Amino acid sequence: MKIILLISVAFLINVHTDEAFAGKLFVSNERDNTVTVIDHESLKIISTIPTGRRPRGLITSIDGREVFVCVGDDDRIDVIDVEKLKVVRTLDPGPDPELLDTDPSGERIYIANEDDAMVTVMKATDGEILAQIPVGVEPEGMRVHPDNHITVATSEETSMAHFIDNETLELEDNILVDTRPRHAEYTRDGKQVWVSSEIGGTVSVIGVENREIIKKISFDIRGIRSELIQPVGMRMSKDGKYAFVALGPANHIAVVDTKTYEVKKYILVGQRPWHIEIHPDGSKLYVANGLTNDMTIIDVASLKATQSVPVGRLPWGIAFAK
Amino acid sequence: MTFNKYIFIVIAYVITMSIPCYAENEKLVQFFYLGKDYPSSPPLSLLEKILTDEGIKGAHLSMEVNNQMGRMFDYKFELKEIIVAKDEDPVESVKKHLQQSNKLIIADLESKDLIKLANSPATKNAIILNINAEDDDLRVSECHNNVFHIIPSLSMRTDALAQYLIWKKWKKWFLVSGKHQTDKDYVKAVARSAKKFGAKIVEQRSYKLETGNKRVDSGHQQIQTQMPMLTRGAKKHDVVFVADLNESFGLYLPYRTAEPRPVVGTYGLVATAWHRSFEQYAGTQLQNAFEEFAGRIMTEKDYLAWLAIKLLGKAVIRTQSIEPETLRAYILADDLNLAGYKGRPLSFRKWNQQLRQPILISSDRALVSVSPQEGFLHPKFYTDTIGFDKPESKCNLSSS
Repeated sequence: MKIILLISVAFLINVHTDEAFAGKLFVSNERDNTVTVIDHESLKIISTIPTGRRPRGLITSIDGREVFVCVGDDDRIDVIDVEKLKVVRTLDPGPDPELLDTDPSGERIYIANEDDAMVTVMKATDGEILAQIPVGVEPEGMRVHPDNHITVATSEETSMAHFIDNETLELEDNILVDTRPRHAEYTRDGKQVWVSSEIGGTVSVIGVENREIIKKISFDIRGIRSELIQPVGMRMSKDGKYAFVALGPANHIAVVDTKTYEVKKYILVGQRPWHIEIHPDGSKLYVANGLTNDMTIIDVASLKATQSVPVGRLPWGIAFAK
Repeated sequence: MTFNKYIFIVIAYVITMSIPCYAENEKLVQFFYLGKDYPSSPPLSLLEKILTDEGIKGAHLSMEVNNQMGRMFDYKFELKEIIVAKDEDPVESVKKHLQQSNKLIIADLESKDLIKLANSPATKNAIILNINAEDDDLRVSECHNNVFHIIPSLSMRTDALAQYLIWKKWKKWFLVSGKHQTDKDYVKAVARSAKKFGAKIVEQRSYKLETGNKRVDSGHQQIQTQMPMLTRGAKKHDVVFVADLNESFGLYLPYRTAEPRPVVGTYGLVATAWHRSFEQYAGTQLQNAFEEFAGRIMTEKDYLAWLAIKLLGKAVIRTQSIEPETLRAYILADDLNLAGYKGRPLSFRKWNQQLRQPILISSDRALVSVSPQEGFLHPKFYTDTIGFDKPESKCNLSSS
């Protein structure tokens, strides 16, 4: 209780001191070929931006000025200007980009080319391709380590987590995880990478240094058949205590204690939640519900879903920008 | 067969792949694709091409992925194709190879040949993956310890369709069947599904005319009068349920029935393990990969062969073993979690070794639904609401 109180106080301080509290949410709508922009405070739709076909993975640039959107069916990345709220330039990452991440310096973006079993590394400024690294079949999850020494890509069809050396841009390790890994996420201390397996129904916790699976977390929700529990999107709480795992057709977000690996709570959201995003101040979690065409907002302090707002059709991913 | 070309593609692929951890001391694992050139009639529709490489192409695509994974674990997978002529015995042909090899066989064989293969002393402890024989008997009364059914049974298909029809409240079925034994088996399955889900077969008729050559001048005029005759005066029905597995007249029913009713069954709205209209759950990736590889769309047979090879590769890599007993135990585990691009983890029914799987309900050109339908509940696996469940099957291959 005391801890929760402390966190709440910390948030309150944030409210008054941190300018980051203003912001916009960018939600990719796979069916509509648009990105919905929502004011994070009023939760009103500010704009609906047309993009290329099949927008899925999206991420805010490190300087906060742009949002990169993978539009797989056009083999392209659309770059949205956060102020102008329109696509201002495009990048050519090779075939079928699905998900991407930027390095902490903002220089590079790492892109999963789903149809091509490649990871493309390019300069964020001009799209110059630095490397194309062959990985397993259907790469999807893509996360650059906060220290920028490695990148982890997951390949759905080969069920692996691939560790890429960011210096040499070569593969270092391939770790077999459960079936169809969808997303990789580091713990806040950078020591572990968590990999969600959609069909396997588990999350593998892998040591970043020793490259060994430390723990496999499974989920069990009363009244829901295990075949419907399909972990996909993940985020860590700002204080590092919890991991949030979207469980797809099980329509819940699992809250996992990062120390004990116990599931603390299952939060009911809309249908088929895939990717999630956390507010930079850690207070709110945003969930894209693919089948109900909406976004659920979860209050992190109370671990309760507080609101749902409509977005476009088949929302897939969410990015936050000031 | 342009088999050499496939080999070339596979080899080229292996050479160009540059994932590290490539080892010198790799272990060779051989799979067999055992088929037979059964006599079959050409498709009725002129739009459909006659395919001579169905199944095989799916198997080869799957081998690529297996080898890509295998390289990281020092395994090399090889596929040996044995396709015998229509008057040859496939069991004799494969026998000599099995003595010095892993007994891992994809069986593209009709039930008679499959049973013979399963009963042969040469396949004791083998793992035979059936991608051809749909007969319910093989899942209900005549089960074999060494046979695993990748292909859905007839009952799984008719149950999958039945659930959808019940959901639509189209409960009155007018059943029209062909004259072949397989059509009769299908009729049995339809009757069982009707009883199981509370539908009614209001009338049953059979169509005995042999279709003959599809390319005849003015052929449509005869069909235009034959089909209304076949369907005239039937009791009030919601759908025409057609049982025509050899494709001799099913195609001719839509738009020609006496009453304006949808056609379902082996033509019209069909229940299938795979269809080009399906792109959900990353299905797009598989469809694209196959089309790039084969230069044509992926058929159900291609999908089943692809899935069978994938299962073997997964079992060997995950268990790091080629011992039949180890592989068997792995394949039969409830948490097998085989990914078949169906949005659900796939596993086997232990009592009859049938792969449990969602079934696509599709029209000619668009996906209509995926069964099991919502609301059909099962205490263990939703997918066990389609096909023979444990209490209905006399087979009890593995305990629990």
